Amino acid sequence: MEMFDDGWGLSLIVFLPLAGAGLILLLPKAQEGLIKLVGLAFALLSFAASVVAILRFDFGAAEQFQFGTDLSWISAIGSRYHIGIDGISLPLLVLSTLMTVLAIVYSLNHWPEPHNPKAFLVLLLLLATGMNGTFVALDLVLFFIFFELVLLPMYFMIGIWGDRAKIRLPGFRREVETRLYASIKFFLFTLFGSAFMLLGFLALYFKSDPHTFDMVALAEAGQMGLFDGTFGAWVFAALFIGFAVKVPMWPLHTWLPDAHTAAPTVGSVLLAAILLKLGSYGFIRISLPILPQQAQDWAPIIAVLAVIAIIYGALACLAQTDLKRLIAFSSVGHMGFVMLGISTLTDVGINAAVIGMVAHGIITGMLFFLAGSMQHRYHTRDMARLGGNMKTLPIIGGLMAFTAMASLGLPGLAGFWGEFMALLASFNPLDGLSLVVFRTAMVVGAVGTVLTAGYMLWMLQKVNLGEPSEEWAGKDLHDADKFELAAWVPLVLGIVAIGVYPKIVFGATNDAVTELVRRAFGG
Amino acid sequence: MLVTQFLILGALLFSIGIYGVLVRRNAVLVLLSIELMLAAVNINLVAFGAFLQDTMLGGQAFALFVITIAAAEVGIGLAIVVLIFRNRSSANVDELDLMRW
Amino acid sequence: MSPTLALFALQAHEPGHLSDGGVLAEFAWLIPLVPLVLMVAIVFVGKRLPYKGWELAEAAMLFVAVYGVTLLIMNASGGIYHEGSVEIARIGAYTIEWGWVVDGLSIMMYSVVGVVGLAVFTYSKGYMKGDVRYTWFFAAFTLFAGAMLVLVSAANMIQLLVGWELVGLASYLLIGHYWEDHSNNAAAIKAFFTNKIADVGLVIGIIIIGVTVGSFRFNDVLTAVFDGDSALAQVAFWAGLALFIGAMGKSAQFPFHVWLPDAMAGPTPVSSLMHAATMVTAGVYLLGRMFPFYQSDVFAADVKTIIIVIGAITLFAMGLIALVQDDIKKVLAYSTLSQLGYMTVAMGAGAYTAGLFHLFTHAFFKGLLFLAAGSVIHAVHSNNMSDMGGLRKPMPWTYKTFLVGSLALAGIFPLAGFWSKDEILASISYDAGHGGGTIASVVLWIAIAGAFVTAFYMARAVYLTFFGEYKGHAHPHESPKIMTYPLIGLAALSIVAGFVNVPGVYTGFTEWLAARPFSMGDHHAESINFALAAIGLLVALAGIAAGTRLWRKDAATQAERDRFRIPVLYPVLEHKYYIDDLYRVALVDPIRGPVARFVNWTNTYVIDAVVNAFGGLSMVLAKGVYRGVDQRGIDLAINAVAGATGEAGEALRHTTTGRVQQYAGALFAGAVLLVLGLLIFT
Repeated sequence: MEMFDDGWGLSLIVFLPLAGAGLILLLPKAQEGLIKLVGLAFALLSFAASVVAILRFDFGAAEQFQFGTDLSWISAIGSRYHIGIDGISLPLLVLSTLMTVLAIVYSLNHWPEPHNPKAFLVLLLLLATGMNGTFVALDLVLFFIFFELVLLPMYFMIGIWGDRAKIRLPGFRREVETRLYASIKFFLFTLFGSAFMLLGFLALYFKSDPHTFDMVALAEAGQMGLFDGTFGAWVFAALFIGFAVKVPMWPLHTWLPDAHTAAPTVGSVLLAAILLKLGSYGFIRISLPILPQQAQDWAPIIAVLAVIAIIYGALACLAQTDLKRLIAFSSVGHMGFVMLGISTLTDVGINAAVIGMVAHGIITGMLFFLAGSMQHRYHTRDMARLGGNMKTLPIIGGLMAFTAMASLGLPGLAGFWGEFMALLASFNPLDGLSLVVFRTAMVVGAVGTVLTAGYMLWMLQKVNLGEPSEEWAGKDLHDADKFELAAWVPLVLGIVAIGVYPKIVFGATNDAVTELVRRAFGG
Repeated sequence: MLVTQFLILGALLFSIGIYGVLVRRNAVLVLLSIELMLAAVNINLVAFGAFLQDTMLGGQAFALFVITIAAAEVGIGLAIVVLIFRNRSSANVDELDLMRW
Repeated sequence: MSPTLALFALQAHEPGHLSDGGVLAEFAWLIPLVPLVLMVAIVFVGKRLPYKGWELAEAAMLFVAVYGVTLLIMNASGGIYHEGSVEIARIGAYTIEWGWVVDGLSIMMYSVVGVVGLAVFTYSKGYMKGDVRYTWFFAAFTLFAGAMLVLVSAANMIQLLVGWELVGLASYLLIGHYWEDHSNNAAAIKAFFTNKIADVGLVIGIIIIGVTVGSFRFNDVLTAVFDGDSALAQVAFWAGLALFIGAMGKSAQFPFHVWLPDAMAGPTPVSSLMHAATMVTAGVYLLGRMFPFYQSDVFAADVKTIIIVIGAITLFAMGLIALVQDDIKKVLAYSTLSQLGYMTVAMGAGAYTAGLFHLFTHAFFKGLLFLAAGSVIHAVHSNNMSDMGGLRKPMPWTYKTFLVGSLALAGIFPLAGFWSKDEILASISYDAGHGGGTIASVVLWIAIAGAFVTAFYMARAVYLTFFGEYKGHAHPHESPKIMTYPLIGLAALSIVAGFVNVPGVYTGFTEWLAARPFSMGDHHAESINFALAAIGLLVALAGIAAGTRLWRKDAATQAERDRFRIPVLYPVLEHKYYIDDLYRVALVDPIRGPVARFVNWTNTYVIDAVVNAFGGLSMVLAKGVYRGVDQRGIDLAINAVAGATGEAGEALRHTTTGRVQQYAGALFAGAVLLVLGLLIFT
């Protein structure tokens, strides 16, 4: 167990999926059963390791990086294999390993076409390594590598197993397959942001003395005022673009609806549940501590963009006819609340952001699972043709209603705390931030919750209620099977548990966030 | 002046050898012509060796080397010619254009 | 700035006379928890039980009723105050807790929810018999009970919000119980949505108060009020207004009233318990919980004017609409709105006891009226009074209990409604003389006029339903005992509930409610104001008389009824003052239609167009670079070199004849040339 604490534990969590992917590559394609078993086993091992991390985590010192190690890696540029988790990364890391397991469990009975479990699992596990790694990396180069690593598998997932319907883009003459358009858009959009992010990282490296990529050291330097002034403003802008694309913040969000809609079910789930969190996590872990002064300058802008995203996402949802696209746009709004929380630069706001991220991961992940299962059965996502789902598929319909309620921020379920606490924080932002901007943001954000309720209820009415359409009569639409339930029950329990007892998340994050805010902003 | 006659002899022999190599069609005769050229070279080597009073006897020693190599070369060359003749019933070098473009 | 109110601030005290309620109060967290746990049980095992889950729901309500009434009795004999909390999270400087408060106010609510709930749940067994989703109905109904108890047991504002929205959820589920029909779903969404809009106010109010005080506990907030916290005083008006907006939503006050009449789409027991007796009173309850905050001059006393005006508008305007409704449930729904207006007016007039007393009595007689209406609907299979008539003979018990409820609602001595309405009138009158000013005087007259309207529409409902000729098609019959017994029980309570607070004789209710750690600083009458009581009673009797003349079949000619249809007023009432239409045309349709479409359009054609334009532009640029520079420039040169090399090779390869002699010749010629060169150039 000592070895676990000395960095081996986190390395296991990060690299077990990669090892699994490597092992699967060695197996012959015909041995499907064995391939699935190996994939599931390695994901489970990674999850088990993260559970051990929870059990061994010292919650009394949640503000410190634990289980860490700091090894020489690329000595030429002083980049080190520096990993560790604190109270902020722990919930996200566990969420990531859990969602990977659930995604594989769900997949066992729902392989997307074209049928190729071997390739699919390899990509999924590769993705898991990227996601887990991003949450443990404490070195900018390491962070960047993991951050970019997730792009590749997701690109192939969307590109290979995505929606094959053809769409005509405005301004383009030829029709293109949704999956191709979406995957390329996703990849290029994110890469566009990453390029700026990398520039920002390099700028920090060359400005620091001695040159370092170490986040902890950079944060200390930043809090001493090393990066203040014009230099910091440019660096913050560069990092902002990198992270804002990933979050995504309005108006850099348009890759998201396409990617979510086109991706296979499991891809949408992981995209919504984990990938979006990488951006907001980057803000909390990198932008705020390293560039506290610029964060204060940028905070009102972020708040305004966040509020626009909340309203804009909700209104866009009201206009959707495609179920998955609606859920995708709802992510824009929910991540708006997360960013609103972050922009307040207070302990309450950032706590709200982290619980909002976890809750959104569980809830929207669940919604995409359900939407995927419905598409699997009805072969359509068009809400006008669905309807009466409660009659045809009572279990899926009931879960859909439950999850939609959680998504609209019903108190007592997970989604509530992030929204409420973000609004609370924006009533009382960090000293020196414009009260007018943030209090207006609070009111507008609160109105946003109304619109959120509006589109969720409207979606439920269209999809779940009423009499089922004639075209499904006599069709054998089996309700949720045991693989689906196995993947969903943990999520449902999570939604209720976090809703009733938010200390599950706040207990880990609170000290870490308070310390982060105190160091960066003295508040 | 003693060396001039030897050199003229060598040049004549070499020219005869060249003529044979370039003109004769029979592979055996071509080989023999090569031997003539080698003999011409040997004469030159020995003549110069004597003329220059080389204490190391380099010219003579080289001539001996050349004779040895020539013997080996003729051995291999004749073996190839015999094999070609067996396969093609001819030892006409004009017909041996296997390595053509 | 009346001297009374200024004095009030000095009256703050920590009452030592309250007992802590012992073990019963300590375990009061069971009150909300038991229904919630049983709800989960009903969902998962309900269908396998002999009564399909009803027994669990009934057990939950029985538990709450017994627990609540026991506490009520204990409270009556001494006064209880107990508060407990469990921390569920700590976030920054704030503590989030699960708390339960056992004081006069919450005990009163526990008893009301428990007793009325027990009656309604018992009744539902008969009413819902053979329903498509019988078990689910009881699960959702029990969820409501649990959520309502979470709300009233809340010791802090966040828990209140949790309960507040959960009852909204239960309301949504039960209004849309028959979700095969989209009109029911529309009503359910309307209810949830309207409440959600008002909840923006509640959320903002909670945030303002919580952040300013640094705690979400009601106790800490009220302590800050009594300490004259200046920071809180600064934001008090806006916070108080925001909270009241929340209360307006749940208690369906104008202009948020639109959801309640539509909510009648739900099964009748739901209308009875949720949309008449308990849930809709949550707003009034909240005002009661925060009462001193609104009472103190330096805090939100200015909001009281708004409260009293909103209440007055609601009580009168909604009462008028009840006059023109044909659907019996809608008559009762508008009546509920009107009565909620009375309670709100009382709160606005600074009458803590009067408002909550009306809440208490109203729960019994309005619950009763809905259940009796349900019994009628059950018998004639129609909601419309035009399909009823003459039902007093086939349904004697329903008739008698409905009559009791109607008289109680109309405020006829000595039924419950008389006492509570009189108390409200007295309070407004007191307020008019003590700081309420002209507004209170006007509201007093509106309230008296409202009493006339109330009696008038109830008389109409009674006559149209139970008198005259039967006009329906089904064969009406008395409902089964499981439905009539709850009616009788509630009727008995509607008769006696008023006696718990007879000024000058027995004022137990006032003392029950006063069992809180703070002085409420409200005024309550020491003795009956006989003049006002007489006016109230006379007005009510006049209303009944007018109703009798107009609607009793034998007395009313068609011409007289037509005269009732006053030209301009009647259509306005029939269209509910066009408020629903206004909301639809001005708010809902634009947002759902053009605005949402516009936003989606911007997404595709503006933001995405930029993105795609980048894509398209780079494609064009790429093609230019590829064809112009790459293919025709660089590649041309490269290919030229490669081509020349190829051509040369092609030409030269013919020298490779394979003929050894030619090679040798070339070799020789080369050697000769070299030697010649050597000779010539050296």
